[in-house]
Amino acid sequence: MLPALLVMALGAVLLGAALGFAAVKFRVEGDPLTEKIDAILPQTQCGQCGYPGCKPYATAIAKGEAEINQCPPGGDEGIRKLADLLGREYKPLSAEHGVEKPKALAVIDEQRCIGCTLCIQACPVDAIVGAAKQMHTVIAAQCTGCELCVPPCPVDCIAMVPIAEDISNWKWKYPVVAIRPVATR
Amino acid sequence: MQRASLMTSYFLIILGAVLVNNVVFVRILGLCPFMGVSKKLETAIGMGAATTFVLTMACGTSYLIDTWLLVPNHLEYLRTLSFIVTIAAIVQLTELAIQKTSPVLHQVLGIYLPLITTNCAVLGVPLLNIGLKHNLVESLLFGFGGAVGFTLAMILFAGIRERLEGADIPVHFRGTAIAMITAGLMSLAFMGFAGLDKYK
Amino acid sequence: MRLFNFNGGVKPEPHKKNAAGLPIAVLPAPSFLVIPLHQSIGGTPRPLVNAGDFVLKGQRIGAGDFSTAGEMSSAVHASTSGQVVAVEERCMPHPSGLSALCVIIKPDGRDQWIARQPFDYRHHSPSDTRAYLRDAGIVGLGGAVFPTHLKISSGKHSALDTLIINGAECEPFITCDDRLMRERADAVLRGIGILRELLNAKQVLIGIEDNKPEALAAMTAAVQSSNQNGMAVVAVPTRYPAGGAKQLIRVLTGIEVPHGKRATDYGVQCFNVGTAYAVYEAVALGQPLISRIVTVAGNVAAPRNYEVLIGTPMKDVMAHSQPLDDTDRLIMGGPMMGVTMPGNEVPVVKATNCILVGSPKLFPPPPPEMPCIRCGECAKACPANLQPFELYWFSRAKIFGKAQEYHLFDCIECGCCAYVCPSNIPLVDYYRFAKSEIWAHEREKESADEARERYEFRQLREAREQQEKAARLAAKTAASRAAALAHVAESHPATNANQSAAEVSESASAATAPDQAAAPTPAELIAAALARARVQATEAKNTTAPTAAQQAEIDAIEARRAEIRAQAQPHLPPDD
Repeated sequence: MLPALLVMALGAVLLGAALGFAAVKFRVEGDPLTEKIDAILPQTQCGQCGYPGCKPYATAIAKGEAEINQCPPGGDEGIRKLADLLGREYKPLSAEHGVEKPKALAVIDEQRCIGCTLCIQACPVDAIVGAAKQMHTVIAAQCTGCELCVPPCPVDCIAMVPIAEDISNWKWKYPVVAIRPVATR
Repeated sequence: MQRASLMTSYFLIILGAVLVNNVVFVRILGLCPFMGVSKKLETAIGMGAATTFVLTMACGTSYLIDTWLLVPNHLEYLRTLSFIVTIAAIVQLTELAIQKTSPVLHQVLGIYLPLITTNCAVLGVPLLNIGLKHNLVESLLFGFGGAVGFTLAMILFAGIRERLEGADIPVHFRGTAIAMITAGLMSLAFMGFAGLDKYK
Repeated sequence: MRLFNFNGGVKPEPHKKNAAGLPIAVLPAPSFLVIPLHQSIGGTPRPLVNAGDFVLKGQRIGAGDFSTAGEMSSAVHASTSGQVVAVEERCMPHPSGLSALCVIIKPDGRDQWIARQPFDYRHHSPSDTRAYLRDAGIVGLGGAVFPTHLKISSGKHSALDTLIINGAECEPFITCDDRLMRERADAVLRGIGILRELLNAKQVLIGIEDNKPEALAAMTAAVQSSNQNGMAVVAVPTRYPAGGAKQLIRVLTGIEVPHGKRATDYGVQCFNVGTAYAVYEAVALGQPLISRIVTVAGNVAAPRNYEVLIGTPMKDVMAHSQPLDDTDRLIMGGPMMGVTMPGNEVPVVKATNCILVGSPKLFPPPPPEMPCIRCGECAKACPANLQPFELYWFSRAKIFGKAQEYHLFDCIECGCCAYVCPSNIPLVDYYRFAKSEIWAHEREKESADEARERYEFRQLREAREQQEKAARLAAKTAASRAAALAHVAESHPATNANQSAAEVSESASAATAPDQAAAPTPAELIAAALARARVQATEAKNTTAPTAAQQAEIDAIEARRAEIRAQAQPHLPPDD
């Protein structure tokens, strides 16, 4: 009995020491998971997920505080990628956070703009230029389509215009075999 | 002559462990990492390499512990327990050593090392060693061979799974179901190596 | 000369006889020209004309967009003189059938040229020559429409080893380069000479498929009479796609350009014969690229080559060849690589080497697609040494990362794999689908990365602004406190104070007892602030009469602004 206890105690002490040492030594700085989640998120910074931006949402997912189905701009594909990365079950997009829409750009009706700068302050990516009492305009290339500038506008001069398909962003479609009537006799 | 037959038996131990008695397909050991980390070829290779190192080490140390500590003290009933403790310690120490000596290798193997603790092949092969009454060299070779067999199984399976991702699989068989069927078929194929088994 | 071989390739029926037998016919201007602004790879040029303007033949109507696309753009020109009717969206000769901005010109029939001046490239810097070619709208006429000036600037090495001129013209039905070489060999050769000088090339190889003996003879004769050293006309075996740039380079020099490298890295550059001719016209005659030779073939009674003004609607060109009654579609390019046009109204553009008229009889609908049996025929036929069945497997399953690992982007979409496929799989369609999906993903990723960066910068800026504001506020409070203290302390003796100080002392002493001055009360602070405001109101503003030092500073700032404006000037797109 005694040798058995001694052997096991020896083992436990050795293992404990090794594990403790490893825990101190093997400390990973930063959270690579947050970065990976952030890379999947679409970076619209729209806040529809309930967090103030994509990075905070990524942190919340990494901590397990948030579901993976709260990002409408990322859509179904984004949820699938997150589920894949985190090994979680796929869930359809949660309705309370919005619906997946085609990507749109904010366009300011420059005739109606009064130059209040409220939209400039709302834009999370500084894609609106203008000064107080001067006309504002959206830099189309940098607009993420987050819609955050729409509610603050006192004269409702901002419209979300879906991005139209043109020659530069047109995509070849998935080849489908056309169904043809077969000659019957 | 004596030497040659020794080499032959060593070679047969390795070959037998890799193909004839493949840990995964024939002994059905270590299935959790086999199913869990075989989605991509790179991760499968990483896992195989890490397991090879740990399993060989574990076979050597468990042999030493068994011969010098347990058997003299008539504590054979503590084998499973003490082997688990040993393996866990080896895994942790390996991790530390690799981190210290080769950060690049640690980058590659880092996340797989802790998983090996829970790999039943790593416990099963040392226990088999005891059952087969191998000496130290044979234990090491058997462990190495078993690990190579595991790696081979992982790589083959990962390659097939990568292709399966693009295949037209009936909806209800997608994912784990088809992976299980594939594993079963591969297992059947490996059973065919049993015909090589003439060395006993 | 020793020739090399490229892997795979196919030998489709050439169908070249009829059109190649007749000389090039010059077509008159149609009733309307529709000139798309976007005719080359790269950015869309911006229009330089408005509806109602009169333009001359060869006048630049679209200047390259160099602000967003860098150098990757090329100018477009009016193909004849006339009035601009509209600058509007019109259906493009593109498989999507989408519209893009076009300049619509109603020809006045006079065909009046702009002042044409030959460009003396020998007395201009290379960058001037490049700018000239860019503004002359010269692009690769083999079908890829890559801006030619970029191929000249890409030669970073001082000397090019081999200049390859591509006259192979391997696709069935197309004979435009064949006719061009037969009829205008001297002009083509002069264009080649110009390119050779610009690129400083040691040797020139003109590769022509051996099924064009007349073109070979014409070019050989022209080379002999020109007395240029190190220039050879080489007959290459007829095998599709011998006219692919990489394939022709392989056949002529044995160099296999590997994945991720360019031909120039190996001292080789390749131009089409049509491009050489366009360079000759632009440099020696001062004529920008306003027309090209187009083969009309297929389901027509009289297939022939025409010299067509850019912007001529395809139906006008096609009418000269009398399309047969069962015509159901137009294909731009050949039967292997061509794309079906959305209609016959679309204009001829710089990329249009052939208008292939199709009918259900000539190009019957493909038999139904069957599963891949992994026979490997496609891999044997692939001239890019790819594994088409693997690319197909991953493209079909939308595993794009894997498809890229199998070098999807080295695929030249030549169509050999689909041609030999016994299961009738439209392989190229799958590759095109996968490629455009990958491009779309990349665009999305780029914009997401930019958005992330801008968002993080905004966070940083907001934090910094808040900090600065807090610091300013703290400093201001501290300063006003100190000032008030000083005023209060000064005002109490009240013997030799000036007017304002006396006022302060009056109000201050009215508000508080003199012996409590050590700690100013809020009332005292307010009084001090009022006094300061009064003083400020009477003082002159700092803008009314600046001191010499201030004036110097203002001048320096103005000078800096002027300098910045001057720097910005050359980068603005050049106007006519």
